[in-house]
Amino acid sequence: MTFRVMIAVLAMLAMPFVAVAQNGPLRIEITEGVVEPMPFAAPDFVAESTAANEFAEQLARVVVSDLQGTGLFREVPRAAYISQITSFDAPVQYADWKAVNAQALVTGAVNVNGTTLSVKFRVYDVFSGTEIGSGLQFAGTTQGWRRMAHKVADQVYARITGEQPYFDSRVVYVAEQGPKDKRLKRLAIMDYDGANVQFLTGSEHLVLAPRFSPTGDRVLYTSYETGFPRIYLLDVGSVQRRVLESQEGSMSFAPRFSPDGRTVVYSLARGGNTDIYRMDITSGTSARLTSAPSIETAPSYSPDGTRIVFESDRSGSQQIYIMGANGGEPKRISFGQGRYGTPVWSPRGDLIAFTKQSKGRFHIGVMKTDGSEERLLTASFLDEGPTWSPNGRVIMFTRETQGASGKASLYSVDISGRNLKPIPTTGGASDPSWSPLQR
Amino acid sequence: MKMITKALLLTGVLALAACSNKNDFAGDDVVDLNAGANAGAGFGADAGGASDPRSVAFFQQNVGDRVLFDVDQSSLTGQGRIILDGQTRWLTENSDYTAIIEGHADEQGTREYNVALGERRANTVRDYLVSKGVPSSRLRVVSYGKERPIEICSAEDCYAKNRRAVTVLAAGLSG
Repeated sequence: MTFRVMIAVLAMLAMPFVAVAQNGPLRIEITEGVVEPMPFAAPDFVAESTAANEFAEQLARVVVSDLQGTGLFREVPRAAYISQITSFDAPVQYADWKAVNAQALVTGAVNVNGTTLSVKFRVYDVFSGTEIGSGLQFAGTTQGWRRMAHKVADQVYARITGEQPYFDSRVVYVAEQGPKDKRLKRLAIMDYDGANVQFLTGSEHLVLAPRFSPTGDRVLYTSYETGFPRIYLLDVGSVQRRVLESQEGSMSFAPRFSPDGRTVVYSLARGGNTDIYRMDITSGTSARLTSAPSIETAPSYSPDGTRIVFESDRSGSQQIYIMGANGGEPKRISFGQGRYGTPVWSPRGDLIAFTKQSKGRFHIGVMKTDGSEERLLTASFLDEGPTWSPNGRVIMFTRETQGASGKASLYSVDISGRNLKPIPTTGGASDPSWSPLQR
Repeated sequence: MKMITKALLLTGVLALAACSNKNDFAGDDVVDLNAGANAGAGFGADAGGASDPRSVAFFQQNVGDRVLFDVDQSSLTGQGRIILDGQTRWLTENSDYTAIIEGHADEQGTREYNVALGERRANTVRDYLVSKGVPSSRLRVVSYGKERPIEICSAEDCYAKNRRAVTVLAAGLSG
C-alpha cells in the first residue's frame, strides 16, 4: 500500500474565483475574472469485488456532480473517452485523455467487505503527465457511500483550487408543505446537495430558522411548541431536544451558537421591545447585550468570538451593526439605500452576508466587515437568510416565489455572484444552515 | 364486463397513484393551524351565535377582533382605536374571558424582523387595552411574524389585511 493519509496544508487564498492556469502545475486560481470551467474526466471507479459493483458508477457520478456543481469544472462527455480505466494501478494513458481535452483525470477504486466500503482515488494532471498529490484511501459504511464520494471530491477540489473544500457537509433547514395560509413546517437535515433527507421534528408545531453548532452535532431553533416562540437545543444524533429560554411573558428567537459552541446569542422580545441576549448553554445563565427601545435581532458571532454582528432599526430602518461580544456601543456598518437584515459573519472572518430590501426587491449580498465593498449577488421577489459554506465560498439562502401559489426553496450562489442554482428538495424548503465540514 | 374490469383496473391505478403521492409529511397528525393563529377562537364559538352579544362570534363580527397597521408600523390608526375601545367595553362586560393578542406582519420583510415587528404590534394593542382598564393579567401576547398570513396574494390589498393584531378570546380564569 502506497496510500497514506495526506494532511493537506491548504493555503487560504483571499481571492475570490477562477481562471485556468495552463503553465506549470494544474491549478484553478479562484479570482474575480470570467471563468472557463476546467474540463476533467472521472470514469466509473474500478470495482475490486462483486459487492462493489453497484457503487463503482454511483461514486464517480457523485464526484462529478460535486465538482461540476461548483461551476469551476466541466465533465468531458463519457462517450468521448478513448481509454477506459479497468485497473486502478495500471499506468494512465495520458495521450488518450489529452486527446479528449481532459485536463484533470480522477480515477478511483472501490471495495466492499461486509458493510465496510473503502474507496481509493488518484488525481492526475493530464497535460503535464503527473499525479497531483498522492493516492488516498477512505473507509466508511456502504450506507454512507455518498460521504466517501464527497470526500474524494473534496480532495480533488482542494488539490486543484488550493481552497478548503465543502462537499462533505450537511444542511439543516425547514421543510415546508401547503399553501401560504396553511403552511406546515418541520426541521429537516440533508447532505449539502439535497441527498439523504431526514426529518428532525414533526410538523405539528411551527418551527423557524435552525442553526448548526460549530461541530455540527447540535441544532438551535425556534419552535411554537408552547404556543409562544421559544428557542430549543436539539441533539442531531438522538433527536432529543430541550427548551433553552422560557421566561414567562416573553418570546425568544433568532438563536445562534458562539464559535466555541458554549454560548447561544439570541433575541428576546418582551413588552414590545426586542433585544439581544446571550446564554451559557450549560448553566443557563443569561446576560442582556443590548438595551435600546428599537428592534435588535439576528445576531451572529465573528469566527474568533470577539464580536457580534446584528440588525437594528434604531436609525428608523433595519441596518447592520457590530458590537463586542459583551455588548457595548455598536457601530453601524450598512449605509446603502434600503433595509439590511439577517447578517451572517463568514467563516473566514472577512465578509458579512446579508439580506437587503430595496425598491420592492430582495437581495442576498456581501460586504466587508467595515461595511465597504458591498456587492449584491442575487435579486428576486423574496430572497433571504444567507448561510455560508464551510469554506466561505458559497452562500445558500431561501427564495420564495410570489403570489397565492408562492413557494419557498433553497438556492446557492458563489460569492462571486456566479453559479446561482436551486438545491433539490422534496417539497418547499427555507431557512438553511450549513454545517461545518464533517470529520 | 369489460367496463367493470376497466373500472377495477382504473381503481387500482388510482390507489397506486395515491400511494406514490404519499409525501414526506404523511403519517403525521394533521394539524389544524386555525386552532392557533388566524381563527377567532377554537372554542366557545358555538355558544350562542353572533346574535348573542356575549358570544365569541359576536366579538369577532360585531365588535371587531382585529386592528390593521401601516407598512413597517406598529402605531394604531384612528379606526384601530375605535375597534379597541369596543374590545375594551366587551372585555369589561365579559370578565370571564382572557385573550391572546396575536401580532402579524406581511411577507415584505425578513423572518426574524417580522417576529419582532409582530410582537411590537401585539403589545401596542395590549398596552392600549390595559390603558383603558382591561386588567393586564387577562392579556397575553404572541407574534407570528409573517408565518400566518390570512390573505395569500402578493399585493398591497392582501398585505394590508395581513399586517394585523388579532385579539383571540379564550374562556378561563384570569390571573
